[in-house]
Amino acid sequence: MTTPTAAPTPRGWRRLPVVHQLRQSVGLQRVMLIVGLVLTGLLLLSALLAPWLAPYGYGQIRSADTGPFGAQQPPSAEHWLGTTVGGFDVLSRVIWGSRTAVLVIVIAIAASLIIGVLLGLVSGYFGGWLDRVLVVIADAVYAFPSLLLAIVLAIVISGGQSSMIGGVLAAALSITVVFTPQYLRVVRAETIRIKSEAFVESARVIGASNGRIMFKHVLRNSTRTLPLIITLNASEAVLTLAGLGFLGFGIEPTKAAEWGYDLNRAISDVTSGIWWTSVFPGVAIVLTVLGITLVGESLNDLADPRLRTRRASADVTGDVAATSVVPGGALTAPGGVEGLEPRTEDGR
Amino acid sequence: MTSTPTAGPLQPTGAADPTAPDGDAPASTRRSRGSGGGLGRYLLVRFLLIIPTVFILVTVVFVLMRATGDPITAAQGGRLPADQLAERIAQAGYDRPVLVQYGDYLGDLLRGDFGTTLSDSRPVTEVLTTFGTATLELAFYALIVAFAVGIPFGLVAAYFRDRVPDALLRVFAILCYATPVFFAGLLLKLVFAVQLDWLPVAGRASTRSEIEMRRLDDPTGIYLIDAIRTGNPDVVVDVLQHAVLPALALGLLTAGVFLRLVRTNVIGTLGSGYVDAARSRGVRESRLLRKHAYKPALIPIVTVVGMQVAMLLVGAVLTETTFEWRGLGFQLSQYLQARDFVAVQGIVVMLAVVVAVANFLVDVIAALIDPRVRY
Repeated sequence: MTTPTAAPTPRGWRRLPVVHQLRQSVGLQRVMLIVGLVLTGLLLLSALLAPWLAPYGYGQIRSADTGPFGAQQPPSAEHWLGTTVGGFDVLSRVIWGSRTAVLVIVIAIAASLIIGVLLGLVSGYFGGWLDRVLVVIADAVYAFPSLLLAIVLAIVISGGQSSMIGGVLAAALSITVVFTPQYLRVVRAETIRIKSEAFVESARVIGASNGRIMFKHVLRNSTRTLPLIITLNASEAVLTLAGLGFLGFGIEPTKAAEWGYDLNRAISDVTSGIWWTSVFPGVAIVLTVLGITLVGESLNDLADPRLRTRRASADVTGDVAATSVVPGGALTAPGGVEGLEPRTEDGR
Repeated sequence: MTSTPTAGPLQPTGAADPTAPDGDAPASTRRSRGSGGGLGRYLLVRFLLIIPTVFILVTVVFVLMRATGDPITAAQGGRLPADQLAERIAQAGYDRPVLVQYGDYLGDLLRGDFGTTLSDSRPVTEVLTTFGTATLELAFYALIVAFAVGIPFGLVAAYFRDRVPDALLRVFAILCYATPVFFAGLLLKLVFAVQLDWLPVAGRASTRSEIEMRRLDDPTGIYLIDAIRTGNPDVVVDVLQHAVLPALALGLLTAGVFLRLVRTNVIGTLGSGYVDAARSRGVRESRLLRKHAYKPALIPIVTVVGMQVAMLLVGAVLTETTFEWRGLGFQLSQYLQARDFVAVQGIVVMLAVVVAVANFLVDVIAALIDPRVRY
């Protein structure tokens, strides 16, 4: 699962994101959360164990004993899910594709998390012209259709030429640029709220340096909504990667497996009624995004007291209210999370 | 929940607006709300904000495209001998200092010149006018599907909150989002065009209809209008049949977002004080939903439609590629495959401007509908 960034509190593992929500949830919400976690777990397993799970390599078009696989073969005992127009084994490419997807998600999230959180902290803490400039840039980039930005970056990073590393990096970094503004905004809003709290002032009075206040006092308190945004962005990362691949900017089939590319190759197959080349990679994308989104959606609802199904009033802790995310932006996280600012002002 | 009745719908409205001048909402404008001059001033500020947004986007794209080299090397690198390559680079002016190029580029943009494509030497603006209408038409159909599916289902989900219909509809909404629009398109094609053979596989119209429409004096490029103008019902039916699958693929993507939004907001307003008051007066639940909770919950949708413009455009690029719908997106992917990065840059920048302007228009509409949006 996505790594929780919040520091463990005295109550230990029960307060960790996801674990905490799992305990908090009831009924349908719990079912959705569990289904999401299971699907996400399957994705991670398949990515981790791809070499052992997949019957063939992602770029393999012939086997040692039976010769070439043949193109567009329907599902059979040798090829459970058939073969593609390029003569690859569909099942193997679907399994290997999970590895590419996970790799892109991890790189993209890690990079945008680090950059976005740092910029957000600095922007919110110091304010002034730097803050203004960063916010305007972040808004501009956020308004930009993400796939178009990803296309531009893919051209820049790999020149459209797709090696394994180049393709993965192009997809991951282009997604990073798109996501960074969201983290910046959330962390900035939280930082502005927290820096006026008494404990920050106290720290300043004792003579703590800006850096120490930022990282020791503000950062740890401003990361509560991040797990939620991470899950939402992870699903968008998968879709962006697939979109890039579908437009022909994916990774070459001999370098790595990528679902979007496979779907692109399957367009003409569909017209002649060959379904197995498109359906299986597509289902893989859907299940991946579905799993991650279900986790994110459940976290979102559990964080919002208006949407949370209540078990007993005693369980609804007061501090969760501050983390609530406004409806209207469940999927597009920044839309929702921006609401934090007015919300917290009103709430006081 | 401690929120006052007015706070409920207001928050999503402000929240869903990414371009709101968040750090720049000075206390003075907030204070002037009472004096009545808010709207004009808000619109002016909002309009002026388009300029930095577009400027930043243009700069970002330019810097990125030039960061690693020039479009000609990127397109032809390795395929042409070095001296020929250098000659073509010099011809296009890519050997000059980057700042000079940047200045020229901005100047050209101001004059409405988005560049000329490398592969077929057409001005990018011409590409826009030729293919833009097709994309517009597709986006329009998709929005109809999105509203027709998203709003009623969202109401139903809110009404049956946390019961089976709600769960099913929410899964449906997530599936709409989780399915890449091109996969949805391929599935629809597979089922309705290939297996059942009810609808055409691809394209905007059959060749016969296109020829008939081309005979019009001055075709609008919007096929539905052109088809009606031919006066031939067969052509209209043909055009509509071609539009069904692409509109569904793109529309369902957005429908999922609308469904979730309506559901969340209706639940929010159903829990607010004035609804409680109405309920205590004995108003029936169904009437509460229809009359009291529904309308305020729709306001945020206006803002989200604006955000969807970006999503629709991206979706259109992918949908058009799937269905060979000859619009901007299809053209963009053609240029991508031809490695014509000048054309790609032109189209991308132009789409960015379209998105910025669309966001502005949506904010204007939101401000006109809901006075609380004006700062």
